Amino acid sequence: MFANARQELKLLARDPILLALLAIIAASIVLFVIYPLGKVLLASVQVDGQWTLAEYFSLAERRLYRNALINSLGVAALVGVISVLIGFVAAFVLARLNVPGKSLLHYITLLPIVSPPFVSAVSILFLFGFNGLITRQLLGLNDFSIYGFHGVVLSQVFTFAPIAYLSLRGVLASISPTLEDAALNIGATRWQTFWKVSFPLSLPGIAGAFLVVFIESMADFGNPLVLAGAAFPMLAPQAYLEITGSFNLARGAMLAIVLLIPSLTAFAIQRYYLAKRQYITVTGKPSASTSKIVNEPAKWLLYALVVLFALFVAAFYAVIFLGAFTKVWGFNYTPTLDHFIYVFDVGLDTVKDTLIVAIISTPISGFLGMLVAFLIVRRTFPGRTALEFGSILSFAVPGTVVGIGYILAFNAQPVVLTGTLAILVLCFVFRYMPVGIQSGIAVLRQIDPSIEEAAQNLGADGLTTFRKVTLPLIAPAFFSGLVYAFVRAMTAISAAIFLVSANWNLMTVQILNQVGSGRLGVAAAYSVVVILIVLVAIVIINAFVGRWSRHSSMVRY
Amino acid sequence: MAQGIRIAGLNKIFSSPDGASVAAVKDIDLEIAEGKLVTLLGPSGCGKTTLLRMIAGFEEPTSGDIWFGDKRINDEPPNKRDAAMVFQSYAIFPHLDVFENVAFGLRLRKLSRADIEERVKRVLEQTGLSGLAHRSPSQLSGGQQQRVALARCIVMEPRVLLFDEPLSNLDAKLREQMRIEIRELQQRLGITSIYVTHDQVEAMSISDDIVVMNAGIVEQIGSPHTVYARPASRFVADFIGKANFIPATVVDDRSVEVAGRTLVLPALQGLEAKSRVTLVVRPEAVGLDRNKGDFTGTVSRVMFLGNIAEYLIKIPGIGYWLVDSPNPGETGLFEVGQTIHLSPSRSSIHVLD
Repeated sequence: MFANARQELKLLARDPILLALLAIIAASIVLFVIYPLGKVLLASVQVDGQWTLAEYFSLAERRLYRNALINSLGVAALVGVISVLIGFVAAFVLARLNVPGKSLLHYITLLPIVSPPFVSAVSILFLFGFNGLITRQLLGLNDFSIYGFHGVVLSQVFTFAPIAYLSLRGVLASISPTLEDAALNIGATRWQTFWKVSFPLSLPGIAGAFLVVFIESMADFGNPLVLAGAAFPMLAPQAYLEITGSFNLARGAMLAIVLLIPSLTAFAIQRYYLAKRQYITVTGKPSASTSKIVNEPAKWLLYALVVLFALFVAAFYAVIFLGAFTKVWGFNYTPTLDHFIYVFDVGLDTVKDTLIVAIISTPISGFLGMLVAFLIVRRTFPGRTALEFGSILSFAVPGTVVGIGYILAFNAQPVVLTGTLAILVLCFVFRYMPVGIQSGIAVLRQIDPSIEEAAQNLGADGLTTFRKVTLPLIAPAFFSGLVYAFVRAMTAISAAIFLVSANWNLMTVQILNQVGSGRLGVAAAYSVVVILIVLVAIVIINAFVGRWSRHSSMVRY
Repeated sequence: MAQGIRIAGLNKIFSSPDGASVAAVKDIDLEIAEGKLVTLLGPSGCGKTTLLRMIAGFEEPTSGDIWFGDKRINDEPPNKRDAAMVFQSYAIFPHLDVFENVAFGLRLRKLSRADIEERVKRVLEQTGLSGLAHRSPSQLSGGQQQRVALARCIVMEPRVLLFDEPLSNLDAKLREQMRIEIRELQQRLGITSIYVTHDQVEAMSISDDIVVMNAGIVEQIGSPHTVYARPASRFVADFIGKANFIPATVVDDRSVEVAGRTLVLPALQGLEAKSRVTLVVRPEAVGLDRNKGDFTGTVSRVMFLGNIAEYLIKIPGIGYWLVDSPNPGETGLFEVGQTIHLSPSRSSIHVLD
């Protein structure tokens, strides 16, 4: 065992640069992922230097905290179920049925993924708030309140159903339609074929999608903060309020740990149990994948549901755009540029700060993600599984927990970073690297390792091989890693809200402040600016990565 | 430039995390003279590819030494070994065109632009790829990809060339043509080469020497002629070509007894009288006759293969013999059930003790 480890290190040491990089990455993951989590745990069991579980008892004693836990779990479970239903229908219709306008519907459905987390919350306020277009203007309701359970669920379904859609689309695409054909061929009815073949095959994927949405919902901070209201406490905003409102670090840390446990459990189930039960029935090229298991009326019914969801999404965005150009929503619908003038006047520094943080953290996160994927798949070294786990762990850790961890960890010696640009960049890099790593690993596993061995054989060292061969080959994963990192850096709130300062502020935090002070128009204008920047950035990253790996698109691996 | 290769006491033990360990290569000693092409031949799992990958530096030997010329290269990383390898899957860089694939190694050596241009052009010419310099790999046929993989290696003018089953993905006709090209190029350039294959015909046709491997050990090293005509073990005789194995008893230093018949053999030194031996008789070294011969049997199966007819003949008291008869179109076929007489050619009989 130890002889093995020594042997592996000896081999790796032949590539000193790679070994050094590995050491730096491992040390960084310990410092910026593990250490802050440890600090949160420690803070939750220590009050004034005394070891105590008192904070955890308050969970049983105080209804506020107990309700926060129950509410968060309940919302996450319900949002998970609804999102998976919507996601499955959308994935089935758009991936397997022959219907018009598929790619347009696909992109509309994905829009919420690249938007700041409050778009839906703000839209909901515009439509269903006290002065909402639908509730007040159209229906004339005076006593309707969107705040609470239904508001949060509505808002989160809108935000997270697209994630379920994306992951279920992948699941459905990996199930060969010939299996359905075979079932029909030996006499099964369409109904039987669906329930006995298609559904069981996609069940692990469905469970996986549910857990991902569950994790996201538990971790969501923006929607609950805006829409939950005082009568409906939830864990993530409550932890934030304990720390910033009552300066009760121990209680905030305790709530963070309580928030962390279900997320980590769901993550562990998803990763170590479900992942092994994924049925991949395609080995080569997918054949023509039009499903025959729904008849015409059913097909159009399902299609109508997908169109309805897309309209819902489109309406939310339309409302945001209109709101950004409307003087005072609900009272005065005169078109105006005032909100944008405010954003680029008072808020210009914030726009700049946000861009700087995103532009610095995106390439670091992208490159690092691909490098970690490369090391994990292509090199053997002691602690490889631990590195993989550590590097993707932050995906499952709610941002609120990370934020609290960072202020606890980097507010005092040995590493003081509070209030700096560095703390925001580091937080984003290590938080948003996992998606790049995961897609990098997936793509890399499909590429014949002898291509990289050939580069070495011709004289390239490890880093040159990575730069000149691996990276161009995994360009698609690199691209998605970059886009994800940028989008998240532009739209992050849950961890960032603990880390912003007077010197370095972020647009998402501004949106929240504007919503808080009732200036929805300015919030909408900020949101529009964020959405536009993100869309422009995706185009730029696409052109950049595309040019740099110009041949790889012609190649089938 | 070219250098001999010496391997001494090489072992490779793979250990799985659960503690089980498998010896893939056991105690191999091997010497390859400068400029020669040596084949590692054996069934899959015999350790030949592991041995090659240790020479290339992709696997670390558990113990033992590898020398290029008088330099021990165990601790050299693969990118410093100057042992260019042609991979089974070709491993062409899919994001680079033909020219850039071939220029890849030269660029890493930081040669001048003009130098690279000139050397790549020359090698593309040698390998018949001149017109394809700016094609993308996905636009090449299997044979052309194979040539790119080869060109990418020889442009480096390496000390050693390594081939890992390079022709196994090609169809039969192309395989034959490519192995002639590889052999001619290797001889012209005089680069010491190691060639891994499981195809005995390929090994016979291309090598100066063949190393026959089985279960991690070397069964025999010798010229194609030697390993065929004088196999060192039953495994070698069986793996290379077809063979009849006939149990026999030594009579004296000139003859053996098979099922009551005495055969006088030309070379039979060093075997004690009465010891049990096995005769290796190749199917093509048995004469068939309607009237007379050493043994008598009946034809139990006939296969017409064009250039030969392959018979399975049952000999009472011995068993079944496989016999090839040349030019059957001319001489006509024997029929199933027919009685026939067999005479193995004395000089072709090989004795295994």
